[in-house]
Amino acid sequence: MSEGVEITAEIIAEHGLNPEEYNILLQQLGRTPNLNELGICSVMWSEHCSYKSSRIHLAKFPTTGKKVICGPGENAGVIDIGDGDAVIFKMESHNHPSFIEPYQGAATGVGGIMRDVFTMGARPIALLNALRFGEPGHYKTRSLVAGVVAGIGGYGNCVGVPTVGGEINFDAGYNGNILVNAMCVGLAKTDSIFYSAAKGVGNSILYVGARTGRDGIHGATMASAEFDDDAEEKRPTVQVGDPFTEKRLIEACLELMATGNIIAIQDMGAAGLTSSSIEMADKGGVGIEIDLDRVPQRENNMSAYEMMLSESQERMLIVLKPGTEAESRKIFTKWELDVDIIGKTTDTGRLVLQHQGEMVCDLPIAPLSDMAPKYDRPWVKTAKAPRLDAGTLPQRDPIDVLCRLMASPDMVSKRWVWEQYDRHVMGDTLMASASGCDAAIVRIRDSEKALAISSDCTPRYVQADPYRGGKQAVAESWRNLIAAGAKPIAITDCLNFGNPERPEIMGQLVQAIEGMSKACKKLSYPVVSGNVSLYNETKGSAIPPTPTVGGVGIIKDISMAIGFSSARQGDMLVLVGRTRGWLGSSIYAREIENLIGHRPPPVSLSTELQNGKFVRKAIKKSLLRAVHDLSDGGLACAAVDMAMASNVGIVLDPHSTLPDNAWYFGEDQARYLLSIDAANYNKLQQLSVKKGVLLSYVGEVKGDDIRLGSARIRLSDLQIKWEQWFPEFMEKIDANAGK
Amino acid sequence: MRVAVIVFPGSNCDRDAADAILQVTGRWPKMVWHREAELNNIDLVVLPGGFAYGDYLRPGAIAAQSPIMQQVLKHARDGGYVLGICNGFQVLTEIGLLPGVLMPNSGMKFVCKPVKLKVENCDTSFTKGYKNKASINIPIAHHDGNYLVQDDELSQLEDNGQVAFRYETNPNGSVNDIAGIINSQGNVLGMMPHPERAMGKTDENKDGEILFKSLMEALQ
Repeated sequence: MSEGVEITAEIIAEHGLNPEEYNILLQQLGRTPNLNELGICSVMWSEHCSYKSSRIHLAKFPTTGKKVICGPGENAGVIDIGDGDAVIFKMESHNHPSFIEPYQGAATGVGGIMRDVFTMGARPIALLNALRFGEPGHYKTRSLVAGVVAGIGGYGNCVGVPTVGGEINFDAGYNGNILVNAMCVGLAKTDSIFYSAAKGVGNSILYVGARTGRDGIHGATMASAEFDDDAEEKRPTVQVGDPFTEKRLIEACLELMATGNIIAIQDMGAAGLTSSSIEMADKGGVGIEIDLDRVPQRENNMSAYEMMLSESQERMLIVLKPGTEAESRKIFTKWELDVDIIGKTTDTGRLVLQHQGEMVCDLPIAPLSDMAPKYDRPWVKTAKAPRLDAGTLPQRDPIDVLCRLMASPDMVSKRWVWEQYDRHVMGDTLMASASGCDAAIVRIRDSEKALAISSDCTPRYVQADPYRGGKQAVAESWRNLIAAGAKPIAITDCLNFGNPERPEIMGQLVQAIEGMSKACKKLSYPVVSGNVSLYNETKGSAIPPTPTVGGVGIIKDISMAIGFSSARQGDMLVLVGRTRGWLGSSIYAREIENLIGHRPPPVSLSTELQNGKFVRKAIKKSLLRAVHDLSDGGLACAAVDMAMASNVGIVLDPHSTLPDNAWYFGEDQARYLLSIDAANYNKLQQLSVKKGVLLSYVGEVKGDDIRLGSARIRLSDLQIKWEQWFPEFMEKIDANAGK
Repeated sequence: MRVAVIVFPGSNCDRDAADAILQVTGRWPKMVWHREAELNNIDLVVLPGGFAYGDYLRPGAIAAQSPIMQQVLKHARDGGYVLGICNGFQVLTEIGLLPGVLMPNSGMKFVCKPVKLKVENCDTSFTKGYKNKASINIPIAHHDGNYLVQDDELSQLEDNGQVAFRYETNPNGSVNDIAGIINSQGNVLGMMPHPERAMGKTDENKDGEILFKSLMEALQ
């Protein structure tokens, strides 16, 4: 079939290659490629696989550290958590597929990120997801929320890995492009980590897992372009997931890993068989020959082109040590998975494909990856956002404001969502979504250690000031782990942006990366894995820039784990950090004053570091009853979170020269709310003086009301408003479902 | 107490169940692959939670056809003890060791949350350790926990005291708020809530441990 197709300019354009890129291919090949070769090249050089627009900027991230075993470049990042244990983690986007087909898009996003993690030898132990939807009133939002949540639950629950945390935002900027970022954290032994470099010549290549079908062909190319009116027509490019196969694949791969038969292993993710075989060969400096007739196929008469570009899920490629083929096959047969030896490594350095007795592809591998386009795209600095002077805003009743904020879509209880996720399977979840902690806490099996995991980004800050917003995303992640009693170790990131060919979008990406890098360096919080998702645009309208940060920290002794659900009647409330009443780009400004785009709060990394170290020390000395980081909605909203999680009333006394609402709702950074036994106040105060940290008394834990100065509301009344928004919002769809 | 935990390809609470057994008995149970055809010298068989065959066809339907299930049937008919948790309960109804079916939750969504149960019959080997009509906390995590049984069988269950646990607030539409039932001989219990998740390991709640301890005492 492929031989008969003439490679025209139109076909080249359909494959997403521009004329310069096609010329590179021509030069490398010394002849016109056939359709298979063109297809393979187009996915390898797609934005999704090659990071061609972002690579030169990603190099700015710090990626090493004492605890880093493996940074970016492999399937996931690996850190050392002591005692021979390693944690392997990564976050990845599945935005484009989830918009087109929310259930399968989200489900396969979860499946894909788990494969990235267990491919390296880890058993997945926790899942998180960061979701951004369009405005609640948009006609698509409800069905997208319902589909994405069901898809995430449907996959993770079945595989049996707990979904322990995440975040959800609504913003009109995502009306045409939702974001589904899934993170997986796995546990391995430091001496048993598996990599993807296919070493040695003549070794068997084993294909295992689901059969190859026609689903997902050109998914990577789709994820590298904007949507237009025909987005729906791209549905056939969305893959279909099968968590039951994934579960068996995890068990079988871990079983095979224990045998020592594996030289290299790689999952077939974006661009399927193409990228997995090329990446393994490239890293190992070998060639690969595949007999496509041996590939297990789900459908009849699949062409070489279709097999190489299929993104069927739950498939792995493994290079075996010689002589271990029979034993290895047996493991997969036991787990009722398709398995076959489809080829071998060679010394030619070329990717050679045979199909029905013919050679249908012969490409040089190293040049294909070395010559992958790399762009220094033009970019412009985002215009400086204006400052918002809190003093010019009208005075408002703080209780009325509080009720409106706590019932606003970004702030409300997400119980409707997380009750659909199995948060406790595997038996090690100490804190999951909304148990009252800034991070999820998952114990390391058979040990006194635990991981704190969090996912963070404040897109409205990044939109107003990408550099500052990038810095803030990292700082907030770090702070959340501190507030859980952990030592922050490293992050994975998922950079979601619009079309990088537009200088203002490219500018957002560059500045956000620079802000993030700065924070990562200062906080000794390196980036060990990540993913870039560009072209999140529909009809020329880009999403708010959203660099999601997935942070992992270690708690050496689980008795040091802390949250904000343990405040007690009679406790004293103290605030760490300085309150300047910053309302620019705050939730208050957006929800109450309808003001957006003002300069977001400054992020002082040295203060962040100093305050974080102080809180850690105070936790270690058991001086604190409860800790909560201050973020959206500032002090008052943090206090309400603490009150609801601890089921106690709280009194806050403003005593500053700031306008009351700036004091209550300002979003100044590097702050924590602490609930302490009054008897510990002196010790805490001494420690703060020693550490040069600003500590102030802000109120107490008392009664069953929330009191802001002289105004009050019953905690239970506020809680109802906070809990009822989501189910009411989603029930509207149920009412229409049968019609 | 010699315990076997049956492992289907999609079981995912098998290890959690084994952890609970270890905690109570001090011994790791025998993990029995579903393709095995023998089950010797076992006092208690645990059918764990999970998605044995991905919930394809119906939850538990394909698992009920596994070779090991013939042995589990024989074990039960010979008076051996069987505990089916969540997916294990679904398998027990599919194979006919317990009456009724578990349909999709009335809300048509997966539900994972702590629930309060009332112990309806504490005069069984599984529930001896609980106080009569005690209110206990055991979490649920399922999509298909909506128990339904024909009227005559339901009256039988109720009249014979075969309803072991009842939800205090019904989370899934189960008839008569049924959360767990026991067979008439008293040696097979199926329940949707997960006692192995209430062992006092991740929080203070040890209400699930009482069930395993009761069994251990009964079997000693």
